Amino acid sequence: MASFVVRHIIRLMLLLFAVSIVVFFLVSVSPIDPVQANVGQSAYLNMSEEKRAALAQYWGANTPIWERYINWAHDFIHGDMGTSLRYNAPVSQVIAQRATNTLLLMAVAWVVSGLLGFCLGILAALKRGTWVDKVVKTYCFVLAATPAFWIGLVFLIVFAVWLGWFPIGFSVPIGKAAADVTVFDALHHLALPALTLSVVGVANIAMHTREKAIDVLESDYIRFARARGYSPWQALRTHGLRNLALPAITLQFASISEIFGGSVLVEQVFSYPGLGQAAVTAGLGSDVALLVGIAIFSAALVFAGNLIANILYGVVDPRIRAGVGSYA
Amino acid sequence: MVREEQSIHSPVHTGEAVHHGHSHGASSQHAGGHHLLQVEHLSIGFRMYEPDAAFFSAQQRSYQVISDLSISVHAGEIVAVVGASGSGKTLLADSIMGLFEPNAEVTGSIWFDGVEQTPESLASLRGSGISLVPQSVDHLNPLLRVGKQVEGVGRTRGRRAESDVREAASEARSARVQELFERYGLSPEVAKLYPHELSGGMARRVLLCCALMDNPRLIVADEPTPGLDLDLAVRALDDFRAFANEGGGVMLITHDIELALRVADRVAVFKDGTIIEETSVEAFNSPDTLKHPFAKALWHALPEHGFRSGAAC
Repeated sequence: MASFVVRHIIRLMLLLFAVSIVVFFLVSVSPIDPVQANVGQSAYLNMSEEKRAALAQYWGANTPIWERYINWAHDFIHGDMGTSLRYNAPVSQVIAQRATNTLLLMAVAWVVSGLLGFCLGILAALKRGTWVDKVVKTYCFVLAATPAFWIGLVFLIVFAVWLGWFPIGFSVPIGKAAADVTVFDALHHLALPALTLSVVGVANIAMHTREKAIDVLESDYIRFARARGYSPWQALRTHGLRNLALPAITLQFASISEIFGGSVLVEQVFSYPGLGQAAVTAGLGSDVALLVGIAIFSAALVFAGNLIANILYGVVDPRIRAGVGSYA
Repeated sequence: MVREEQSIHSPVHTGEAVHHGHSHGASSQHAGGHHLLQVEHLSIGFRMYEPDAAFFSAQQRSYQVISDLSISVHAGEIVAVVGASGSGKTLLADSIMGLFEPNAEVTGSIWFDGVEQTPESLASLRGSGISLVPQSVDHLNPLLRVGKQVEGVGRTRGRRAESDVREAASEARSARVQELFERYGLSPEVAKLYPHELSGGMARRVLLCCALMDNPRLIVADEPTPGLDLDLAVRALDDFRAFANEGGGVMLITHDIELALRVADRVAVFKDGTIIEETSVEAFNSPDTLKHPFAKALWHALPEHGFRSGAAC
C-alpha cells in the first residue's frame, strides 16, 4: 500500500514537471509579444520605445526562458504560483475563483453524460438491430462528429435567443450585485453550458457501453443465465451491470480530460468565467504564470481521474485485486 | 398453441420395437404414456447476407444448420447425442431451451412431458423444467461469488411481490443451495469463492448444482466432460446417472463416443445437422444391429474395433 502511494506521488511529480516544461517551451515559441498583448493596441502604439522596453524589463519579457522557468519552479515548490499578468492577482487566487465555476460545470456534465450515455448504451444493446438501437446509434455518430462549440452556438440560438429560456452568457445575471445572486441564478446560467457539454460527452460512453453490453449479452455466462430462466434484462442486471460499469466508469474518469478540453471551448462560447476561459485569456496574453498554473491544475485533475479509475478496477474486479495483492 | 400429444404409448416397450424413428434401451420408460422430451422434424436456418458477395450486392440467403431432426428422451435414461465438434450440437441444445437468435428460422415441433411447446412456453420451462449444464466455468460470471450464482433469482411471479414473500423465497433458495452443496460434497466455503478460484472438479459440481436448483425434469448437458480427467468425467456422469435413476431424463451432448457408450442408455448419432440413427447402446455391440452406414463406420472406427479408417468423420 505504501509503495502504491509513493509510486503514484512520484508519477504525479514527473507529470507536473513535464507539463510545466512543455507550457514554458510553448510560450517561448509563441509569437505573441507580452507587452503588446497586455497594454492594449492603442496604448502600445502611443507608447515610446523606452516605455516599451521599461515595461518589458518590468515584466521580465527579455529574461531567457530557462531562467524564467527556474525562477517559477523555485517559487512553485515554495507554494507560490506567481502573479497573473492579465488579472493582476496571484495565480492561486484567480484559479480558486474560477475553479468553482468550472468544476461545477464539469461535474454536472460528467455525471449527466455518464449516466445518460450508460443508459442509452444498455438500451441500444438490449434492443440491438431495432429502431431504438438505430436512433441511439445515429444520435451518437452525429454527436461524435460535432464540435462542442458548434453545439453550444446552436443551443444559444435555439434556447437563449429564440426561446429565451436561458441567459445568453456569463455565470451570473448582468448588472446584479454579487451579494444578490441566488443559487437559482447560478444554476440558470449553468444549465446551457452544462447541457452542451453533457450532450457531447454522451456519444463516447454510449457507444462504448453498447459494444461492451453486446459482448456481455453474447457471453457464455449470459447464455447460461438465460438458460436458467433469466429474462434478458434480468440476466444483464445480475451478471452484466458490474462488468459494464467497470469499463464505463473507467472511461468516464479517463474522459475528464476531454470534458475539460470541451469546457474550454464551451466557456468561450457562453462567456462563462471558468478556468477554460482564463486559459484562453492567458494563452493570448502570454500570461505564463497563469497558463502554467491552469495547466498544472488540470493535469492534476486528469491524473486524479485516471488514478481513481485504476483504483476502481480493483474494487469492481476481484481478479485485478488479487493481482495487486501479489506484488504490492 | 399447446395441445396434448395424440400418440399414447404403453408404459414399457418390449424387445426391438421401433417407433418415432428410434429403438429403446432397458431403462427407457414412457412415464405418463409419452416421452419426456420429443423433438420432431426440427429445422433451423439462419437468414444472413451472403458472406462472399460485395457489400451492396449481397443478397439475403437462408443457411440451413439443422434439418429435419427428430430425437426423444425418455424418463429415466441418458441419451447421448454424439457428433463432431462444431457440427451444430450446441444449437440443438439452444433450441430445446427455446434460445433462438433473432435471425433464426425454426420449424418443427418440440413436446415436453406430453405437451407441445411454443417458444414462450419453452422459455418458461428454462431452469425449472429443462436445465442446461454448460461445458465449463466460463459460463459463470467471473465477477460474482459462486454461492450467489448457484442461488440465482428464481421466477418472480408478479413484479412487485410482497417483501416477506420474497424474503421467504430467497431463504428457501439459499437452503436449497446448502442442500445441493452437501449432496455433491462441496464445502460451504466454496460458496464464497469466485469462479476462477474453483478446481475443475468443483466447477463441474457447481454447474450441476446451478442446473438442479429448481428441480428440473430434464437436463441438457452440453459437452460437460472435456477438460476433466477420466476419473472426474466418470464421476460427473455418475451424477447424471443418479439423476436419471430418480426419474429424470438426461440429454448428454458430446463428441466422445466411447464415453457415451459407457454411460448412456441410448445413443443418437448427429451428422450434417440431423440425427441419422437413434438407438440403444446395446445396438453398438455389433455393426449388424446398426442401420445407417455412417453409424456402422463409426463402430468400425472405435479403438477396440481396430480404428478402421474409411469412417467419414
